[in-house]
Amino acid sequence: MIRVQNLVKTFGDFTAVKDISFDVGQGEIFAFLGPNGAGKTTTIKMLTTLLHPTSGSIRLDGLDPTVKTKEARQRFGIVFQDPSLDAEQTAYENMDLHGVLYHVPRKLRAERIELLLRTFELWERRDSYVKTFSGGMKRRLEIARGFLHTPAILFLDEPTLGLDPQSRNQLWTHVKRLNETEKTTVFLTTHYMDEADRVAHRIAIMDHGSIIAVGTSAELKQQTGAESLEEAFLALTGSSLRDESADSNDRLRQITKMWKR
Amino acid sequence: MGAIYILWLRELKRYVRSRVQIVVSLGQPCLYLVALGFGFGPVFKQAGQGSYLQFMAPGVIGMTVLFSSVFSGIAMLWDRQFGFLKETLVAPVSRLQIMAGRTLGGATVAIIQGVLILVICLVAGFRPQSWTALPFAFLFVVLIAVVFAALGTGIGSVLEDMQGFQLVMNFLVLPIFFLSGALYPLTNLPTAMAVIVRLDPLTYGVDGLRGALVNTWQFSPALDLAVLVALACVFLGSGAYLFSKIEA
Ligand SMILES: Nc1ncnc2c1ncn2[C@@H]1O[C@H](COP(=O)(O)OP(=O)(O)O)[C@@H](O)[C@H]1O
Ligand SMILES: [Mg+2]
Repeated sequence: MIRVQNLVKTFGDFTAVKDISFDVGQGEIFAFLGPNGAGKTTTIKMLTTLLHPTSGSIRLDGLDPTVKTKEARQRFGIVFQDPSLDAEQTAYENMDLHGVLYHVPRKLRAERIELLLRTFELWERRDSYVKTFSGGMKRRLEIARGFLHTPAILFLDEPTLGLDPQSRNQLWTHVKRLNETEKTTVFLTTHYMDEADRVAHRIAIMDHGSIIAVGTSAELKQQTGAESLEEAFLALTGSSLRDESADSNDRLRQITKMWKR
Repeated sequence: MGAIYILWLRELKRYVRSRVQIVVSLGQPCLYLVALGFGFGPVFKQAGQGSYLQFMAPGVIGMTVLFSSVFSGIAMLWDRQFGFLKETLVAPVSRLQIMAGRTLGGATVAIIQGVLILVICLVAGFRPQSWTALPFAFLFVVLIAVVFAALGTGIGSVLEDMQGFQLVMNFLVLPIFFLSGALYPLTNLPTAMAVIVRLDPLTYGVDGLRGALVNTWQFSPALDLAVLVALACVFLGSGAYLFSKIEA
Protein backbone atom coordinates (compact mmCIF):
# COMPACT_ATOMS: atom_id res chain seq x y z
CA MET A 1 0.00 0.00 0.00
CA ILE A 2 2.90 2.34 0.81
CA ARG A 3 6.29 1.70 -0.76
CA VAL A 4 9.16 4.06 -0.04
CA GLN A 5 12.60 3.67 -1.55
CA ASN A 6 15.74 5.64 -0.77
CA LEU A 7 13.78 8.68 0.33
CA VAL A 8 15.89 11.74 1.17
CA LYS A 9 14.97 15.26 2.24
CA THR A 10 17.50 18.00 2.82
CA PHE A 11 16.84 21.53 4.06
CA GLY A 12 19.82 23.59 2.95
CA ASP A 13 22.81 21.57 4.12
CA PHE A 14 20.84 19.75 6.82
CA THR A 15 19.53 16.30 5.95
CA ALA A 16 16.31 15.66 7.85
CA VAL A 17 15.51 12.32 6.20
CA LYS A 18 18.45 10.13 5.20
CA ASP A 19 17.81 7.51 2.58
CA ILE A 20 14.95 5.59 4.15
CA SER A 21 13.11 2.65 2.60
CA PHE A 22 10.12 0.71 3.89
CA ASP A 23 6.91 -1.02 2.85
CA VAL A 24 3.51 -0.97 4.47
CA GLY A 25 0.97 -3.61 3.52
CA GLN A 26 -2.73 -3.25 2.85
CA GLY A 27 -4.72 -2.98 6.10
CA GLU A 28 -1.63 -2.78 8.25
CA ILE A 29 -1.11 -0.40 11.16
CA PHE A 30 2.44 0.84 10.85
CA ALA A 31 4.11 3.08 13.42
CA PHE A 32 7.05 5.41 13.09
CA LEU A 33 8.52 5.65 16.54
CA GLY A 34 11.23 8.17 17.22
CA PRO A 35 12.36 11.06 19.40
CA ASN A 36 11.64 14.70 18.56
CA GLY A 37 13.44 15.87 15.46
CA ALA A 38 13.91 12.35 14.13
CA GLY A 39 12.30 13.27 10.81
CA LYS A 40 8.88 11.65 11.27
CA THR A 41 6.85 14.72 10.31
CA THR A 42 9.13 15.46 7.38
CA THR A 43 8.57 11.92 6.09
CA ILE A 44 4.79 12.23 6.46
CA LYS A 45 4.86 15.58 4.68
CA MET A 46 6.64 14.00 1.74
CA LEU A 47 4.22 11.10 1.67
CA THR A 48 1.25 13.46 1.71
CA THR A 49 2.42 15.83 -1.07
CA LEU A 50 3.19 18.72 1.28
CA LEU A 51 6.93 18.55 0.70
CA HIS A 52 8.80 17.58 -2.40
CA PRO A 53 11.37 14.82 -1.76
CA THR A 54 14.98 15.71 -2.53
CA SER A 55 15.38 12.23 -3.98
CA GLY A 56 13.93 8.75 -3.75
CA SER A 57 10.61 7.30 -4.76
CA ILE A 58 7.21 6.99 -3.11
CA ARG A 59 4.25 4.85 -4.16
CA LEU A 60 0.87 5.15 -2.46
CA ASP A 61 -1.54 2.50 -3.65
CA GLY A 62 0.69 2.27 -6.72
CA LEU A 63 0.60 6.02 -7.41
CA ASP A 64 3.49 8.45 -7.34
CA PRO A 65 2.17 11.39 -5.28
CA THR A 66 4.64 13.81 -6.83
CA VAL A 67 3.12 13.14 -10.25
CA LYS A 68 -0.47 12.02 -9.68
CA THR A 69 -0.97 14.49 -6.85
CA LYS A 70 -4.73 14.84 -6.99
CA GLU A 71 -5.40 11.12 -7.36
CA ALA A 72 -3.04 10.34 -4.50
CA ARG A 73 -4.67 12.96 -2.26
CA GLN A 74 -8.08 11.44 -2.86
CA ARG A 75 -6.72 8.12 -1.55
CA PHE A 76 -5.34 9.22 1.78
CA GLY A 77 -6.53 11.06 4.84
CA ILE A 78 -4.23 12.92 7.17
CA VAL A 79 -4.32 14.14 10.73
CA PHE A 80 -1.57 16.69 11.08
CA GLN A 81 0.66 17.10 14.08
CA ASP A 82 -0.77 20.61 14.55
CA PRO A 83 -4.49 21.30 14.60
CA SER A 84 -6.19 21.97 11.27
CA LEU A 85 -9.85 22.44 12.11
CA ASP A 86 -11.89 25.54 11.43
CA ALA A 87 -12.66 26.68 14.97
CA GLU A 88 -15.33 29.11 13.78
CA GLN A 89 -17.47 26.37 12.28
CA THR A 90 -19.39 23.56 13.93
CA ALA A 91 -18.19 19.97 14.04
CA TYR A 92 -20.75 19.04 11.41
CA GLU A 93 -19.73 21.89 9.13
CA ASN A 94 -16.08 20.90 9.38
CA MET A 95 -16.99 17.37 8.34
CA ASP A 96 -19.26 18.56 5.56
CA LEU A 97 -16.65 20.91 4.14
CA HIS A 98 -14.13 18.09 4.09
CA GLY A 99 -16.63 15.82 2.35
CA VAL A 100 -17.20 18.39 -0.37
CA LEU A 101 -13.48 18.97 -0.88
CA TYR A 102 -13.03 15.20 -1.25
CA HIS A 103 -15.93 14.78 -3.67
CA VAL A 104 -18.05 12.59 -1.39
CA PRO A 105 -21.61 12.58 -2.84
CA ARG A 106 -24.18 14.35 -0.71
CA LYS A 107 -26.18 11.38 0.49
CA LEU A 108 -23.16 9.25 1.30
CA ARG A 109 -21.59 12.27 2.95
CA ALA A 110 -24.49 12.67 5.36
CA GLU A 111 -24.40 8.94 6.20
CA ARG A 112 -20.65 8.83 6.72
CA ILE A 113 -20.65 11.97 8.84
CA GLU A 114 -23.30 10.56 11.14
CA LEU A 115 -21.58 7.19 11.37
CA LEU A 116 -18.19 8.69 12.14
CA LEU A 117 -19.40 11.35 14.54
CA ARG A 118 -21.28 8.64 16.42
CA THR A 119 -18.24 6.37 16.42
CA PHE A 120 -16.07 9.11 17.86
CA GLU A 121 -18.77 10.15 20.32
CA LEU A 122 -19.23 13.61 18.89
CA TRP A 123 -22.71 13.28 17.40
CA GLU A 124 -24.40 15.03 20.34
CA ARG A 125 -22.04 17.95 19.88
CA ARG A 126 -22.27 18.15 16.10
CA ASP A 127 -23.78 21.64 16.14
CA SER A 128 -21.29 23.12 18.61
CA TYR A 129 -18.50 25.35 17.41
CA VAL A 130 -15.14 23.62 17.36
CA LYS A 131 -13.66 26.45 19.42
CA THR A 132 -15.71 25.19 22.37
CA PHE A 133 -14.17 21.69 22.14
CA SER A 134 -11.53 20.20 24.43
CA GLY A 135 -8.21 19.04 22.99
CA GLY A 136 -9.35 15.43 22.99
CA MET A 137 -12.59 16.23 21.19
CA LYS A 138 -10.76 18.23 18.54
CA ARG A 139 -8.41 15.33 17.93
CA ARG A 140 -11.29 12.89 17.65
CA LEU A 141 -13.02 15.18 15.20
CA GLU A 142 -9.88 15.43 13.08
CA ILE A 143 -9.55 11.67 12.96
CA ALA A 144 -13.22 11.21 12.16
CA ARG A 145 -12.75 13.74 9.38
CA GLY A 146 -9.73 11.86 8.06
CA PHE A 147 -11.87 8.71 7.66
CA LEU A 148 -14.76 10.54 5.98
CA HIS A 149 -13.82 10.01 2.35
CA THR A 150 -12.99 6.31 3.01
CA PRO A 151 -9.28 6.73 2.35
CA ALA A 152 -7.14 3.71 1.57
CA ILE A 153 -4.48 5.10 3.89
CA LEU A 154 -4.81 7.26 6.99
CA PHE A 155 -1.76 9.20 8.18
CA LEU A 156 -1.72 10.17 11.85
CA ASP A 157 1.13 12.44 12.93
CA GLU A 158 1.44 12.28 16.73
CA PRO A 159 -2.33 12.22 17.13
CA THR A 160 -2.24 11.79 20.90
CA LEU A 161 0.21 14.56 21.73
CA GLY A 162 -1.06 16.47 24.75
CA LEU A 163 -4.02 14.20 25.47
CA ASP A 164 -4.82 12.60 28.80
CA PRO A 165 -4.50 8.79 29.08
CA GLN A 166 -8.27 8.23 28.87
CA SER A 167 -8.56 10.18 25.61
CA ARG A 168 -5.52 8.44 24.18
CA ASN A 169 -6.90 5.06 25.04
CA GLN A 170 -10.31 5.80 23.61
CA LEU A 171 -8.84 7.31 20.45
CA TRP A 172 -6.80 4.22 19.65
CA THR A 173 -9.75 1.95 20.32
CA HIS A 174 -11.70 3.80 17.63
CA VAL A 175 -8.81 3.84 15.18
CA LYS A 176 -8.26 0.12 15.61
CA ARG A 177 -11.92 -0.61 15.11
CA LEU A 178 -12.05 1.42 11.88
CA ASN A 179 -8.85 -0.20 10.69
CA GLU A 180 -10.68 -3.52 11.04
CA THR A 181 -14.10 -2.55 9.69
CA GLU A 182 -12.95 -0.34 6.81
CA LYS A 183 -9.63 -2.08 6.09
CA THR A 184 -7.88 1.28 6.17
CA THR A 185 -4.10 1.16 6.21
CA VAL A 186 -2.88 3.33 9.08
CA PHE A 187 0.49 5.04 9.16
CA LEU A 188 1.13 6.71 12.48
CA THR A 189 3.95 8.46 14.24
CA THR A 190 4.35 8.73 17.96
CA HIS A 191 6.95 8.99 20.61
CA TYR A 192 4.86 7.08 23.12
CA MET A 193 6.24 3.57 23.10
CA ASP A 194 3.28 1.98 24.85
CA GLU A 195 1.04 3.22 22.03
CA ALA A 196 3.18 1.82 19.28
CA ASP A 197 3.42 -1.41 21.23
CA ARG A 198 -0.30 -1.71 21.68
CA VAL A 199 -1.66 -0.42 18.39
CA ALA A 200 0.84 -1.09 15.65
CA HIS A 201 1.29 -4.32 13.76
CA ARG A 202 4.80 -3.25 12.81
CA ILE A 203 7.08 -0.52 14.07
CA ALA A 204 9.93 1.38 12.46
CA ILE A 205 12.28 3.11 14.84
CA MET A 206 13.62 6.35 13.44
CA ASP A 207 16.41 8.50 14.75
CA HIS A 208 18.43 11.34 13.22
CA GLY A 209 16.69 10.88 9.89
CA SER A 210 17.41 7.16 9.50
CA ILE A 211 15.35 4.07 10.16
CA ILE A 212 17.43 2.03 12.56
CA ALA A 213 15.13 -0.95 13.02
CA VAL A 214 11.87 -2.31 11.62
CA GLY A 215 9.72 -5.16 12.85
CA THR A 216 6.93 -6.23 15.14
CA SER A 217 7.20 -5.24 18.77
CA ALA A 218 8.26 -8.80 19.63
CA GLU A 219 10.95 -8.82 16.96
CA LEU A 220 12.38 -5.52 18.15
CA LYS A 221 12.56 -6.76 21.73
CA GLN A 222 14.18 -9.97 20.65
CA GLN A 223 16.65 -8.15 18.42
CA THR A 224 17.88 -6.01 21.32
CA GLY A 225 17.40 -8.60 23.99
CA ALA A 226 15.17 -6.14 25.84
CA GLU A 227 12.25 -6.87 28.16
CA SER A 228 10.05 -4.03 26.95
CA LEU A 229 9.72 -1.95 23.82
CA GLU A 230 10.93 1.01 25.86
CA GLU A 231 14.18 -0.74 26.65
CA ALA A 232 14.54 -1.79 23.04
CA PHE A 233 13.94 1.78 21.95
CA LEU A 234 16.52 3.19 24.35
CA ALA A 235 18.99 0.51 23.37
CA LEU A 236 18.59 1.51 19.75
CA THR A 237 18.48 5.31 20.02
CA GLY A 238 20.70 5.90 23.06
CA SER A 239 19.36 7.89 25.98
CA SER A 240 20.61 11.41 25.25
CA LEU A 241 18.02 14.21 25.39
CA ARG A 242 16.68 15.67 22.16
CA ASP A 243 15.76 19.22 21.30
CA GLU A 244 12.18 19.99 20.56
CA SER A 245 11.79 20.34 16.83
CA ALA A 246 12.16 23.86 15.46
CA ASP A 247 8.68 23.56 14.07
CA SER A 248 6.85 23.74 17.33
CA ASN A 249 9.14 26.45 18.66
CA ASP A 250 8.52 28.64 15.65
CA ARG A 251 4.88 28.15 16.12
CA LEU A 252 4.96 29.21 19.72
CA ARG A 253 6.93 32.28 18.83
CA GLN A 254 4.41 33.17 16.18
CA ILE A 255 1.52 32.82 18.55
CA THR A 256 3.25 34.97 21.14
CA LYS A 257 3.86 37.60 18.51
CA MET A 258 0.24 37.52 17.61
CA TRP A 259 -0.94 38.20 21.11
CA LYS A 260 1.64 40.84 21.84
CA ARG A 261 0.37 43.00 19.05
CA MET B 1 -17.32 23.66 -8.37
CA GLY B 2 -18.38 22.18 -5.06
CA ALA B 3 -15.06 23.25 -3.57
CA ILE B 4 -15.45 26.84 -4.73
CA TYR B 5 -18.97 26.94 -3.38
CA ILE B 6 -18.20 25.48 0.04
CA LEU B 7 -15.24 27.82 0.58
CA TRP B 8 -17.28 30.78 -0.59
CA LEU B 9 -20.01 29.77 1.82
CA ARG B 10 -17.49 29.52 4.62
CA GLU B 11 -16.43 33.15 4.18
CA LEU B 12 -20.05 34.23 4.22
CA LYS B 13 -20.83 32.24 7.35
CA ARG B 14 -17.87 33.72 9.14
CA TYR B 15 -19.08 37.18 8.25
CA VAL B 16 -22.68 36.66 9.28
CA ARG B 17 -21.62 35.06 12.56
CA SER B 18 -19.20 37.75 13.66
CA ARG B 19 -21.79 40.35 14.56
CA VAL B 20 -19.30 42.36 16.57
CA GLN B 21 -17.04 42.61 13.57
CA ILE B 22 -19.87 43.76 11.34
CA VAL B 23 -20.66 46.60 13.73
CA VAL B 24 -17.00 47.54 14.12
CA SER B 25 -16.27 47.49 10.41
CA LEU B 26 -19.32 49.62 9.64
CA GLY B 27 -18.53 51.97 12.51
CA GLN B 28 -15.37 53.29 10.91
CA PRO B 29 -16.96 54.50 7.67
CA CYS B 30 -19.82 55.97 9.70
CA LEU B 31 -17.25 57.93 11.67
CA TYR B 32 -15.78 59.29 8.44
CA LEU B 33 -19.22 60.13 7.22
CA VAL B 34 -20.17 62.03 10.34
CA ALA B 35 -16.85 63.64 11.29
CA LEU B 36 -15.74 64.58 7.79
CA GLY B 37 -19.10 64.85 6.07
CA PHE B 38 -20.49 67.27 8.58
CA GLY B 39 -17.12 68.69 9.67
CA PHE B 40 -15.84 69.67 6.23
CA GLY B 41 -19.31 70.36 4.81
CA PRO B 42 -19.27 74.12 5.44
CA VAL B 43 -15.73 74.66 4.03
CA PHE B 44 -16.57 72.61 0.96
CA LYS B 45 -19.71 74.63 0.36
CA GLN B 46 -17.86 77.95 0.76
CA ALA B 47 -15.40 76.81 -1.90
CA GLY B 48 -18.35 76.50 -4.25
CA GLN B 49 -18.19 72.72 -4.52
CA GLY B 50 -21.70 71.93 -3.34
CA SER B 51 -22.59 69.34 -0.69
CA TYR B 52 -19.62 67.49 0.77
CA LEU B 53 -21.80 64.60 1.87
CA GLN B 54 -22.89 64.11 -1.74
CA PHE B 55 -19.25 64.20 -2.78
CA MET B 56 -17.73 61.93 -0.19
CA ALA B 57 -20.43 59.28 0.24
CA PRO B 58 -19.24 57.36 -2.86
CA GLY B 59 -15.69 57.65 -1.49
CA VAL B 60 -16.71 56.18 1.84
CA ILE B 61 -18.49 53.32 0.08
CA GLY B 62 -15.30 52.68 -1.89
CA MET B 63 -13.29 52.75 1.32
CA THR B 64 -15.56 50.23 3.01
CA VAL B 65 -15.31 47.84 0.10
CA LEU B 66 -11.53 48.31 -0.07
CA PHE B 67 -10.92 47.60 3.61
CA SER B 68 -13.31 44.71 3.79
CA SER B 69 -12.00 42.95 0.69
CA VAL B 70 -8.28 43.35 1.40
CA PHE B 71 -8.88 42.27 4.95
CA SER B 72 -10.66 39.07 3.93
CA GLY B 73 -7.66 38.05 1.84
CA ILE B 74 -5.20 38.79 4.60
CA ALA B 75 -7.39 36.87 7.04
CA MET B 76 -5.69 33.86 5.47
CA LEU B 77 -3.01 34.54 8.08
CA TRP B 78 -5.38 33.28 10.75
CA ASP B 79 -6.15 30.17 8.76
CA ARG B 80 -2.43 29.63 8.53
CA GLN B 81 -1.86 30.21 12.26
CA PHE B 82 -4.72 27.99 13.30
CA GLY B 83 -3.91 25.37 10.71
CA PHE B 84 -7.10 25.23 8.68
CA LEU B 85 -5.26 26.33 5.56
CA LYS B 86 -3.40 22.99 5.48
CA GLU B 87 -6.66 21.07 5.39
CA THR B 88 -7.55 22.81 2.13
CA LEU B 89 -4.03 22.56 0.70
CA VAL B 90 -3.92 18.73 0.82
CA ALA B 91 -7.43 18.30 -0.55
CA PRO B 92 -7.74 16.69 -3.99
CA VAL B 93 -8.83 20.01 -5.47
CA SER B 94 -6.78 22.43 -7.55
CA ARG B 95 -5.28 25.40 -5.77
CA LEU B 96 -7.03 27.62 -8.29
CA GLN B 97 -10.43 26.46 -7.06
CA ILE B 98 -9.48 27.02 -3.45
CA MET B 99 -8.18 30.48 -4.22
CA ALA B 100 -11.30 31.28 -6.24
CA GLY B 101 -13.64 30.17 -3.46
CA ARG B 102 -11.83 32.21 -0.82
CA THR B 103 -11.49 35.29 -3.00
CA LEU B 104 -15.07 35.29 -4.23
CA GLY B 105 -16.24 34.79 -0.65
CA GLY B 106 -14.18 37.78 0.49
CA ALA B 107 -15.46 39.85 -2.41
CA THR B 108 -19.06 38.93 -1.62
CA VAL B 109 -18.63 40.01 1.98
CA ALA B 110 -17.12 43.29 0.82
CA ILE B 111 -20.04 43.85 -1.54
CA ILE B 112 -22.50 43.31 1.29
CA GLN B 113 -20.57 45.79 3.44
CA GLY B 114 -20.57 48.32 0.60
CA VAL B 115 -24.32 48.01 0.15
CA LEU B 116 -24.91 48.39 3.89
CA ILE B 117 -22.85 51.59 3.89
CA LEU B 118 -24.78 52.89 0.91
CA VAL B 119 -27.96 52.38 2.89
CA ILE B 120 -26.43 54.22 5.84
CA CYS B 121 -25.42 57.07 3.52
CA LEU B 122 -28.99 57.25 2.26
CA VAL B 123 -30.24 57.46 5.82
CA ALA B 124 -27.70 60.21 6.53
CA GLY B 125 -29.16 62.31 3.72
CA PHE B 126 -27.17 61.23 0.67
CA ARG B 127 -29.21 61.24 -2.56
CA PRO B 128 -28.09 59.57 -5.83
CA GLN B 129 -28.89 61.36 -9.08
CA SER B 130 -31.59 58.80 -9.75
CA TRP B 131 -32.55 55.42 -8.36
CA THR B 132 -31.83 53.82 -11.70
CA ALA B 133 -28.18 54.77 -11.18
CA LEU B 134 -27.89 52.22 -8.39
CA PRO B 135 -27.30 49.12 -10.55
CA PHE B 136 -24.44 50.89 -12.35
CA ALA B 137 -22.95 51.91 -9.00
CA PHE B 138 -23.34 48.31 -7.85
CA LEU B 139 -21.25 47.17 -10.79
CA PHE B 140 -18.42 49.36 -9.54
CA VAL B 141 -18.82 48.04 -6.01
CA VAL B 142 -18.44 44.52 -7.41
CA LEU B 143 -15.35 45.43 -9.42
CA ILE B 144 -13.65 47.16 -6.48
CA ALA B 145 -14.43 44.16 -4.30
CA VAL B 146 -12.99 41.65 -6.76
CA VAL B 147 -9.86 43.70 -7.48
CA PHE B 148 -8.96 44.13 -3.83
CA ALA B 149 -10.05 40.70 -2.64
CA ALA B 150 -7.68 39.24 -5.23
CA LEU B 151 -4.94 41.62 -4.08
CA GLY B 152 -5.64 40.55 -0.49
CA THR B 153 -5.34 36.87 -1.40
CA GLY B 154 -2.01 37.52 -3.10
CA ILE B 155 -0.71 39.39 -0.07
CA GLY B 156 -2.14 36.83 2.35
CA SER B 157 -0.29 34.08 0.46
CA VAL B 158 3.12 35.65 1.10
CA LEU B 159 2.61 37.17 4.56
CA GLU B 160 4.06 35.12 7.37
CA ASP B 161 3.06 36.93 10.53
CA MET B 162 1.08 39.71 12.11
CA GLN B 163 3.85 42.28 11.69
CA GLY B 164 3.51 41.92 7.96
CA PHE B 165 -0.18 42.54 8.41
CA GLN B 166 0.49 45.88 10.15
CA LEU B 167 2.91 46.82 7.42
CA VAL B 168 0.40 46.13 4.69
CA MET B 169 -2.35 48.02 6.45
CA ASN B 170 -0.23 51.12 7.09
CA PHE B 171 1.84 51.27 3.93
CA LEU B 172 -0.53 49.89 1.34
CA VAL B 173 -4.18 49.97 2.29
CA LEU B 174 -4.28 53.39 3.96
CA PRO B 175 -2.35 55.09 1.13
CA ILE B 176 -4.61 53.41 -1.41
CA PHE B 177 -7.53 54.96 0.39
CA PHE B 178 -6.12 58.45 1.01
CA LEU B 179 -4.67 58.82 -2.50
CA SER B 180 -7.80 57.69 -4.31
CA GLY B 181 -9.78 60.90 -4.38
CA ALA B 182 -12.29 59.35 -2.02
CA LEU B 183 -12.17 62.44 0.20
CA TYR B 184 -11.21 65.28 -2.16
CA PRO B 185 -11.67 66.29 -5.81
CA LEU B 186 -8.79 65.48 -8.15
CA THR B 187 -8.87 68.78 -9.97
CA ASN B 188 -5.97 71.23 -9.53
CA LEU B 189 -3.71 68.79 -7.65
CA PRO B 190 0.08 69.36 -7.77
CA THR B 191 1.58 67.39 -10.68
CA ALA B 192 3.34 64.75 -8.55
CA MET B 193 0.17 64.13 -6.63
CA ALA B 194 -1.89 63.97 -9.80
CA VAL B 195 0.41 61.24 -11.10
CA ILE B 196 0.34 59.21 -7.91
CA VAL B 197 -3.42 59.44 -7.73
CA ARG B 198 -3.68 58.05 -11.23
CA LEU B 199 -1.57 55.05 -10.24
CA ASP B 200 -3.97 54.17 -7.45
CA PRO B 201 -6.45 51.48 -8.53
CA LEU B 202 -9.09 52.72 -6.12
CA THR B 203 -9.12 56.12 -7.89
CA TYR B 204 -10.93 54.52 -10.81
CA GLY B 205 -13.33 52.67 -8.56
CA VAL B 206 -14.24 55.78 -6.61
CA ASP B 207 -14.54 57.79 -9.81
CA GLY B 208 -16.90 55.18 -11.24
CA LEU B 209 -18.97 55.13 -8.06
CA ARG B 210 -19.14 58.89 -7.87
CA GLY B 211 -19.94 59.17 -11.56
CA ALA B 212 -22.69 56.58 -11.33
CA LEU B 213 -24.19 57.96 -8.15
CA VAL B 214 -23.89 61.76 -8.48
CA ASN B 215 -22.74 62.16 -12.07
CA THR B 216 -19.38 63.78 -11.28
CA TRP B 217 -16.79 62.13 -13.53
CA GLN B 218 -13.06 62.76 -13.40
CA PHE B 219 -12.41 60.18 -16.09
CA SER B 220 -14.98 58.38 -18.22
CA PRO B 221 -17.09 55.34 -17.37
CA ALA B 222 -15.33 53.41 -20.12
CA LEU B 223 -11.86 54.17 -18.77
CA ASP B 224 -12.86 53.34 -15.18
CA LEU B 225 -14.40 50.05 -16.22
CA ALA B 226 -11.48 49.13 -18.45
CA VAL B 227 -8.88 49.82 -15.74
CA LEU B 228 -10.81 47.92 -13.08
CA VAL B 229 -11.49 44.89 -15.26
CA ALA B 230 -7.86 44.77 -16.37
CA LEU B 231 -6.65 45.04 -12.77
CA ALA B 232 -9.08 42.38 -11.65
CA CYS B 233 -7.60 40.00 -14.22
CA VAL B 234 -4.01 40.85 -13.26
CA PHE B 235 -4.62 40.53 -9.51
CA LEU B 236 -6.65 37.34 -9.86
CA GLY B 237 -3.90 35.85 -12.00
CA SER B 238 -1.04 36.84 -9.72
CA GLY B 239 -3.07 36.01 -6.60
CA ALA B 240 -3.72 32.54 -7.95
CA TYR B 241 -0.03 32.16 -8.77
CA LEU B 242 1.13 33.24 -5.31
CA PHE B 243 -1.49 31.06 -3.66
CA SER B 244 -0.34 28.05 -5.66
CA LYS B 245 3.18 28.61 -4.28
CA ILE B 246 2.21 28.35 -0.62
CA GLU B 247 4.15 25.62 1.16
CA ALA B 248 2.38 24.08 4.07
N1 LIG C 1 11.23 23.46 6.84
C1 LIG C 1 12.33 23.07 7.51
N2 LIG C 1 13.51 23.70 7.34
C2 LIG C 1 14.62 23.31 8.01
N3 LIG C 1 14.66 22.30 8.87
C3 LIG C 1 13.52 21.61 9.09
C4 LIG C 1 12.30 21.96 8.43
N4 LIG C 1 11.34 21.09 8.84
C5 LIG C 1 11.94 20.25 9.72
N5 LIG C 1 13.25 20.55 9.87
C6 LIG C 1 14.21 19.85 10.73
O1 LIG C 1 14.18 18.50 10.37
C7 LIG C 1 14.34 17.68 11.52
C8 LIG C 1 13.22 16.67 11.57
O2 LIG C 1 12.02 17.33 11.92
P1 LIG C 1 10.63 16.59 12.01
O3 LIG C 1 10.41 15.80 10.79
O4 LIG C 1 9.61 17.62 12.33
O5 LIG C 1 10.87 15.65 13.26
P2 LIG C 1 9.81 14.82 14.11
O6 LIG C 1 8.46 14.97 13.49
O7 LIG C 1 10.32 13.43 14.09
O8 LIG C 1 9.86 15.37 15.51
C9 LIG C 1 14.36 18.60 12.72
O9 LIG C 1 15.71 18.77 13.11
C10 LIG C 1 13.81 19.90 12.19
O10 LIG C 1 14.38 20.99 12.86
MG1 LIG D 1 6.77 15.67 14.24
